[in-house]
Amino acid sequence: MLLIPCPHCRQSRPEREFRHCGEAGLLRPVDPAAASDREWTDYLFARTNPKGESQERWRHVHGCGRFFVLRRDTREDACVTSRAGVEEAP
Amino acid sequence: MIAAHDPRILRAMRGFSFGRILRESFSGHTGWTRQWRSPEPQRAYDVVIVGGGGHGLATAYHLAAEQGVRRVAVLEKGWIGGGNSGRNTTIVRSNYLFEESEALYEHSLKLWEGLSRTLNYNVMYSPRGVMALGHTESDVQIIRRHVHANRLAGIDADFLTPAQAKALCPILDVSQAPRYPVLGASWQGRGGVARHDAVVWGYARAADALGVDVIENCEVTGVRRDAAGAVSAVETTRGAISTRMLALVAAGHSSVLAGMAGLRLPIESFPLQALVSEPVKPIMPCVVMSNTIDAYMSQSDKGELVIGAAADVYPSYAQRGSFHVTGATLDSLCELFPCLRRLRMMRCWAGIVDITPDRSPILGPTDVPGLWLNCGWGTGGFKAIPGSGQLFAASLAQGAPHPVLAPFGLDRFRTGRLIDEATAAAVSH
Ligand SMILES: Cc1cc2nc3c(=O)[nH]c(=O)nc-3n(C[C@H](O)[C@H](O)[C@H](O)COP(=O)(O)OP(=O)(O)OC[C@H]3O[C@@H](n4cnc5c(N)ncnc54)[C@H](O)[C@@H]3O)c2cc1C
Ligand SMILES: [Zn+2]
Repeated sequence: MLLIPCPHCRQSRPEREFRHCGEAGLLRPVDPAAASDREWTDYLFARTNPKGESQERWRHVHGCGRFFVLRRDTREDACVTSRAGVEEAP
Repeated sequence: MIAAHDPRILRAMRGFSFGRILRESFSGHTGWTRQWRSPEPQRAYDVVIVGGGGHGLATAYHLAAEQGVRRVAVLEKGWIGGGNSGRNTTIVRSNYLFEESEALYEHSLKLWEGLSRTLNYNVMYSPRGVMALGHTESDVQIIRRHVHANRLAGIDADFLTPAQAKALCPILDVSQAPRYPVLGASWQGRGGVARHDAVVWGYARAADALGVDVIENCEVTGVRRDAAGAVSAVETTRGAISTRMLALVAAGHSSVLAGMAGLRLPIESFPLQALVSEPVKPIMPCVVMSNTIDAYMSQSDKGELVIGAAADVYPSYAQRGSFHVTGATLDSLCELFPCLRRLRMMRCWAGIVDITPDRSPILGPTDVPGLWLNCGWGTGGFKAIPGSGQLFAASLAQGAPHPVLAPFGLDRFRTGRLIDEATAAAVSH
């Protein structure tokens, strides 16, 4: 069970209040029609899946309802820090 | 095909037989010897397989037994079977929805039926039947669709009413009392369970007898490529090993290994947990699974109830998982099987499973010449070990995917031809 620090609520809350929303920093191709198949494949499916520090989107669904980026160590499940912005690449 | 009791395996080691057990029982069982070597890595191999789980070892065995490729090494960072192959709940079935999956898993199921003889090793395959429960109208529709699809593919499948389900598994509560009552079920009578360690050990022993080097405590730490970009060697904690053909069969660590060759895979690694209860008298004659309420259960020969949970909700390599996930599974099981409510759980553990977007495995070559993938089995690859091992070995030897495996290539994520067992049912195990 993770204790996740929500940067909006400024509180660490149990994992069950949150939803994991995947790797952070995946940006939809700016000009969808111009993007190649490879770019689409990368955006839709390819993931870094790091063993170590990862940056991921979470949403505080049963709290403030807002998105944020969590830095977490996937070897130990330790949450490092979280920040509010989600759109820019990490 | 390999004849029953491959004579080469029997010749290479004193095979197991009733007569031998009898003899040993008169001499205090002192005559048993190690069943496979513990070789030092050689400088080069024709094929290097990373990962000493069921899939890696079965691939190695079939390369040596059927494809005539003898200079094969299986590199395992810990001990063989220490990954998911030794941590799973061992459900074996072939009743998937899509034709591509049916071909692959049914090929495997046929091999399970003769596996103990083929390997001269008792893998304890027990075709006791697999029941999958439906608790909502849409579950029942999905189950019926699966049953019809399976029948069209020649796979045994039946639809069960709640009363028929209860007749096959008397401890099941089919009344309207549970929060999610049983409305129907699918049944595959040829499905069942096997002994996971024995599968790993049986393949290791058979591969070793045919000259494969199974090298434990040997972690791959890097992939070397030549000027043309092709694989030339792997770096390991026991030195560099040259090879032109490298197969990554490392389940939860597939992304880490592919990353060493500069690839990002359509895979994320999640913990998947299981638990066993204290042993009780035989009460479960078959396997019962329900993906709607994330409960999977069978009874081991020792009498323990073997229970599988849903995958955890976030990627992790910590091999632990969250307590509330197993808690939810136990809540569901207590509803379905009221007689379990006072049973104690003895152990729980997790494995790290490699989940793809469509929940189908990835089998085939990559853009890096010489680099092949056998991964993405996620929560349900144990059942596929014999079939995938055989067909993946054939693919490596031919240098091109076997027709049954061809649809499972990495390319499907570019073409969009997904084999979407995820939306079909998304069943764990
Ligand atoms: C709790 C649980 C329940 C499951 N239940 C079922 C079920 O009921 N039915 C079913 O069909 N499937 C089930 N599965 C899935 C099944 O266990 C896996 O799909 C299958 O065992 C994968 O086999 P494998 O050989 O590919 O991987 P593994 O057995 O995990 O082997 C991969 C090996 O690679 C090694 N490795 C990793 N990195 C390196 C490196 N750098 N160098 C060297 N070696 C490395 C690991 O140590 C590991 O031994 C379950 C899984 C879990 C965790
Ligand atoms: Zn919040």
